Amino acid sequence: MSVTAYNFAYLDEQTKRMIRRAILKAIAIPGYQVPFASREMPMPYGWGTGGVQVTASILGPDDVLKVIDQGSDDTTNAVSIRKFFAKTAGVRTTTQTAEATVIQTRHRIPEKPLHEGQVLVFQVPIPEPLRFLEPRETETRRMHALAEYGLMHVKLYEDIARHGHIATTYAYPVKVDGRYVTDPSPTPKFDNPKMNDCAALQLFGAGREKRIYAIPPYTQVVSLDFEDHPFAPYRHDATCALCGSRESFLDEVITDDRGGRMFLCSDTDYCEARRQGASAPPAHSQELKRE
Amino acid sequence: MYVAVKGGERAIENAHALLGHARRGDPEVPEILLAQISEQLALAVDRVMSEGSLYDRELAALAIKQARGDLIEAIFLLRAFRTTAPRFGASEPIDTAAMDIVRRISATFKDLPGGQVLGPTFDYTHRLLDHDLMAGREVAAPSRAPADAAVMPRVTDLLAVDDLIERSVAATPDVPVGDLTREPLALPAERDLRLQNLARADEGFLLALGYSTQRGYGRTHPFAGEIRFGDVEVEFFAEELGFAVPLGRIEVTECQMVNQFTGTANEPPRFTRGYGLTFGQGERKAIAMALVDRALRARELGEDVKAPAQDEEFVLMHSDNVQATGFVEHLKLPHYVDFQAELGLVRRLREEFVARLPNPSARAGEGEGRGAGAEAAE
Repeated sequence: MSVTAYNFAYLDEQTKRMIRRAILKAIAIPGYQVPFASREMPMPYGWGTGGVQVTASILGPDDVLKVIDQGSDDTTNAVSIRKFFAKTAGVRTTTQTAEATVIQTRHRIPEKPLHEGQVLVFQVPIPEPLRFLEPRETETRRMHALAEYGLMHVKLYEDIARHGHIATTYAYPVKVDGRYVTDPSPTPKFDNPKMNDCAALQLFGAGREKRIYAIPPYTQVVSLDFEDHPFAPYRHDATCALCGSRESFLDEVITDDRGGRMFLCSDTDYCEARRQGASAPPAHSQELKRE
Repeated sequence: MYVAVKGGERAIENAHALLGHARRGDPEVPEILLAQISEQLALAVDRVMSEGSLYDRELAALAIKQARGDLIEAIFLLRAFRTTAPRFGASEPIDTAAMDIVRRISATFKDLPGGQVLGPTFDYTHRLLDHDLMAGREVAAPSRAPADAAVMPRVTDLLAVDDLIERSVAATPDVPVGDLTREPLALPAERDLRLQNLARADEGFLLALGYSTQRGYGRTHPFAGEIRFGDVEVEFFAEELGFAVPLGRIEVTECQMVNQFTGTANEPPRFTRGYGLTFGQGERKAIAMALVDRALRARELGEDVKAPAQDEEFVLMHSDNVQATGFVEHLKLPHYVDFQAELGLVRRLREEFVARLPNPSARAGEGEGRGAGAEAAE
């Protein structure tokens, strides 16, 4: 790709203005999915084209960009997107959550609380929380317009009736600002509480489905639940084998073919910061072996 | 201690270098030239231009070469280039009645003004592998005749004289043409946007849907009124000049489907239309597109919408192969985090399931089996 042939951050300014208008509308109506004329990007649909378009539209030369996938800066897709912006926009990139002004993410919210002035950009595959209950866009838009969310509550109730739990572990639906039921993107429900009253602006881009939505800073975000079955985040009841964290979301790593496994922080920056900081690594390995 | 495997920039760069190497293949074999692709794999170029929505033979040939012959990947490359190109406006409608005909056939009339012109076609060939082609050989010069100066009216226009077929929608030159690459598609969609969607749609998807209408899933009683292939002039209305100026000529394939229609309380019985158009020579796609276009008009014509091909939302939302391949193939991306969350739930449900079992021995057996890891993890 010849970089000079393309505008700052790849997209032309007309397109950026169009996307910024959609973002402004999304911020004005928290949780509402704003249709936008999503462009064909040089990476495939389903690989973050929505997030990339949002990031490209809000990025300025002074921004510091962090890109994570599965919480990690080092997964292949995160590397690819970070390189894309380093190449097309020449912005400074970082892996440190606190230092970044724009964080593009797939499937996680960083463990370290975000601060004012930061923007968290989510890559969203299916923006419609009602999609798997009702496949038709014409129908789901009407349901949102009428705030007709009974179907979702029935689904959650049926989960409890059948399994004793709400059997949704990621992309767990939330209600934003008391109005729109919204898909948090496929983040594990462990991350849902971080969305509530968050100091940072949260933007969601769905490229293939051509939708942008937003959660402005300090907005109420409630995970759907019932009084007698309150929402409960899930994490493995284990500690990180590298930094010893008992609070972070953990990835399970299989270590052999005899049932050996260990747990590591999904958020690599959080984990590294803890290891470099005060807390020493645990004295013993956390590997769990089958007896 | 085992440390999580990381993608890393080096690994990606190495993978891409290897891809370039694999694309080139055996260096002993001469590298393929774009002109060879454009001239000898012309129908692949046509398809990539059509579904890539960009009429540029050279760029399409480059995309095919870069994509190692994977046409959907080539379409994707062309689209990602096209999307950054500025829009000056929309051309004047092309006039396919004024086409320089290379091929024109009608399945509804044995003979008609302008006649049947077979042109270059696989039709009626015996599909026997031609081993002479292996070595390459000179081809005999084709017979030539001066082009027929007579006009070649479209079959649908002939039928329209007797009011036997619905009128074409009157042209509304002042109304802007929809463009789903610039505005998000809203449903229900008008026919201009539906046709744009179908023109960009995956050939295989339209082929299957069109086929399904022939097998009873939204039957439309079609006749190929006419299929024509040739080149037409593209004109652009220049505001500064006050008149349309020619931009050049493009090759297109057009299919006008004529469909039986027995009428409703408000509509007299007459034939209805389905329309297909592709860049280059793309008869299969043009015919399939015309079938699906007609099927999608069910709502407008007061027909029951029962079959997939009649379901506008289903067809339009799943027709684009660049979108489809991206989302299907994104399953290759890591999903560790979501899978971890699912793993936790399944383990918990299994524990509860085992705890509910009435037979303690079965419970013990389960506990020593696959479930042991789950206990350790929890």
